[in-house]
Amino acid sequence: MDSFQDTVFKLKHYWAERGVIIQEPHDLEVGAGTMAPETFLRVLGPKPYKVAYVQPSRRPADGRYGENPNRLYKHQQLQVILKPTPDDVLEQYLGSLEAIGIDLRKHDIKFEEDNWEAPTLGAWGIGWQVMLDGLEITQFTYFQQCGGIDLELVPAEITYGLERIVAFLQNVNSVYDIEWAPGFKYSDVRLADEQQFSVYNFEMADVAMLWQEFELHEKECQRLIDLFRAKKDGVERFPVLPAYDQALKCSNLFNLLDSRGAISVTERVGIIGRVRKLAVGVAEAWAKQQAPVEVEKVVA
Amino acid sequence: MANFLLEIGVEEIPDWMIEPALEDLKARFAAAFGAFGGSAITTDATPRRLVLQVKDLLPQAADVEAVVQGPYLSAGEKAAEGFAKKQGTAVDKLAKTQDGKGERYVCHQLVKGQAAVQVLSEKLSEIIAGIHFPKTMYWTGKGGVKFIRPIRWIVALLDDQLVPFDIAGVKSGNTTRGHRVLGAKTPLLVGIANYVEILRANYVIVSAEERKARIEKALGKGVQKDDELLKTLVYLTEFPTPIRGSFDKSYLELPKEILATVMRHHQRYFSVIKEDGSLLPEFVAVTNTDGDPDGLIRQGNERVLRARFNDARFFWQVDQQKKLSARVDDLAKVTFQAKLGSYKDKTERVRMLANEIAKALGADQNTVDLAALLAKTDLTTDMVKEFTELQGVVGGLYAKAQGEGEAVATAIYDHYQPVSMEAAIPRTLEGQVVSLADKLDTLRECFRVGLIPTGSKDPFALRRAAQGIVKILFEARLPLDLKKYVGDVPALLPFMQERIEFYLKDVSGYAYDEVNAVMAAGFTTLWDLAERAEAMHAVRPTDNFEPLAASFKRIKNIVKQAQGNSTKPPEPELLTAGPERELYHAFERVRAATKATAIYKEKLTQIASLRPHVDLFFDKILVNDPDPAIRENRLALLNSLLGEFSTIADFSEIVTQGASA
Repeated sequence: MDSFQDTVFKLKHYWAERGVIIQEPHDLEVGAGTMAPETFLRVLGPKPYKVAYVQPSRRPADGRYGENPNRLYKHQQLQVILKPTPDDVLEQYLGSLEAIGIDLRKHDIKFEEDNWEAPTLGAWGIGWQVMLDGLEITQFTYFQQCGGIDLELVPAEITYGLERIVAFLQNVNSVYDIEWAPGFKYSDVRLADEQQFSVYNFEMADVAMLWQEFELHEKECQRLIDLFRAKKDGVERFPVLPAYDQALKCSNLFNLLDSRGAISVTERVGIIGRVRKLAVGVAEAWAKQQAPVEVEKVVA
Repeated sequence: MANFLLEIGVEEIPDWMIEPALEDLKARFAAAFGAFGGSAITTDATPRRLVLQVKDLLPQAADVEAVVQGPYLSAGEKAAEGFAKKQGTAVDKLAKTQDGKGERYVCHQLVKGQAAVQVLSEKLSEIIAGIHFPKTMYWTGKGGVKFIRPIRWIVALLDDQLVPFDIAGVKSGNTTRGHRVLGAKTPLLVGIANYVEILRANYVIVSAEERKARIEKALGKGVQKDDELLKTLVYLTEFPTPIRGSFDKSYLELPKEILATVMRHHQRYFSVIKEDGSLLPEFVAVTNTDGDPDGLIRQGNERVLRARFNDARFFWQVDQQKKLSARVDDLAKVTFQAKLGSYKDKTERVRMLANEIAKALGADQNTVDLAALLAKTDLTTDMVKEFTELQGVVGGLYAKAQGEGEAVATAIYDHYQPVSMEAAIPRTLEGQVVSLADKLDTLRECFRVGLIPTGSKDPFALRRAAQGIVKILFEARLPLDLKKYVGDVPALLPFMQERIEFYLKDVSGYAYDEVNAVMAAGFTTLWDLAERAEAMHAVRPTDNFEPLAASFKRIKNIVKQAQGNSTKPPEPELLTAGPERELYHAFERVRAATKATAIYKEKLTQIASLRPHVDLFFDKILVNDPDPAIRENRLALLNSLLGEFSTIADFSEIVTQGASA
């Protein structure tokens, strides 16, 4: 039986063999692998790109103090971006399941409609949830728009829910019983996380401080976006990536405030709009920053 | 004669979009290739392929003669020569024709019928790209073809001839693909004759009917009938094989509603029931495989279901830690609608309105008040966050478990009902009251801030809410004057009236003019409206009714033309002896008789008996008498007649044979 980490290694290896860059996760709090710049920004523009990484994904409101066998405040997604999408993408995906030891001839696999939309990112796509013997194991999306921009090359995003897949492979009923590495269970590695962050997110986070932080990061992000917009040339080294980090901070703070019950109805829509504005502003700057470089390189 | 096969190979199409797409494909094909005849166009589909077949197409369209209009003779020789040259002929070979402006040249051209294969290859990509889907995507890059999912292969054969074309970079060919897992890994060469069989050998059953039959045959004993689920599964599979699994009996402690929802909506399983309708701890899943010899698929599905049921049990336990009554304030954090605030705000409004309606209908005030207060609190529970389709139901189940009383629990449980024209209305008066108040509030508030449905756009399902109100009022026969509760936005009453008319016509089955007639007389309660419509419908076939309706139309016109809308009664001493006085006496008699009964059918029968008197009146009497006093008095008589009897229905709305001619 493969451990949690064995399965991760195998998936990474499988995609590496297909020319995919294996990246490490983005080192900030994000709600999903999609939000890491390796997806959110790389899908923009005309440059082909292939990347895979495990992204720990924080969803404060989903925390259950470590008491629910299937719900986690932070779960691990293996995110694969193939831009543009190869014609045999679904065959390649099915191959990755075989690679981690799933004999498809003995199982039932279905692709069921499931479109994806992230209002805070101005992003949406078309796709499926992939069902294996009735278990949703993967979200598959053809990105159409990101940061409010129609994508030039359509990427496929394959998001594996690692805890679910490994619980299936190891035939355990609780994610905490997954063997992470020989002699170590998922609970040994992560239970304290779940317990403490549930307490913090739901009960103890200082709401006033979170608001202050939100506003500081928002301000900094917007300042950079405005500076970029005002620039006529010489944008190659402009810190668009740091601006995006500021937007990600805001997104996570919004989630925290939400799980803390600190966002009223009237505020909610407005805040989503504020985060979206940052994400769209950064996406626009990134797209512009990429475009002239391409042209100049060709000329030179 | 030639046969044609088209297979569009696509990545998995959402099941519910497949049948409409096939219809659209068929219609587009028929419209584009009518010139080639064809005896029958048949379509079929699996999740990965849309298939169209036609038998007996003409290989060559018939030649047609086209008439090309040329210049008028008056335009001179030069124009004529230019035209002839362009048509590849000489002026003396041109024909002439006369039209409104004079004589002109025309050229008869024989247009050779095109070969089917040529036209097919020219038009097919456009037809395919034109198939309507509710949501489409592009995949070849910005500006590329849009379709429901990426097209991966095309088979297009006219007999054994390839019909060449390409779409989204895919060239048509003569190879298809089998089942993703069970079929051959390489493309499969097919011809029209062996297409279905080659696919079957590769675990694809092309016919949806056949897949359906295959599932039904294998479902087994006690499986809860569910046609919608069956259809979904037919279009989620290429080679369906049902398997039966079981779950631990202890989960049967959870309410049936929750178990059934988890199985049906989340796992697409059929429930298995005993003869008394209660659940057995079993389920049937339909796999896209040829079987499960090792039981691995069954085990996997059982494991998933166990986790789902555990979640549900966990949600139930956690939710009980905070009673519904303690969750009312939490509703402040749940958005009802961006412009309309929270569910807390809504709850306060609904509660007031529900109390008002309860008073008007004599419903139990305490029950209604508490049910309205708690109705939306289940939106804050983990159970409803997970199983949103169980909103209301969960509230009802929790209220019961928390000792809020059967009446309150039932009212909460039912208050979203009826969710469709087929669904039942709430079972109790109190449930009906809460449902009415909830829906009325939604309508009033949305209309107030301008969220009014237009055309096919109705994002807040306001038509459904209005229809629900109408259905409850009709079917529960509630004596409620709807007009008093539609609030102060003028557009809402006509919106409700449309729904009332829809109900009377489409559900009750009354003719449109009967509905117009009773609606034109106004309404207080819908119950009363329904009785009038029923009476009208019953009396209408009798001899006197339609002629009298025609006379009412005439009376209405006369009164309207004379602008005689005074409410003054006629003065008996001014009436002339004979038909006029007789009509008056008949009127008096009928008025007394209609007042003496509460039954509309009897009233209408009485009114219909006026017919010979009205006929005779119009036959012998000229309303427009030279003496203004007599004329005014006659108009007053007619006006009284109209006013008196138009409270049941405006008879002039009835389309009579004479009038419709």
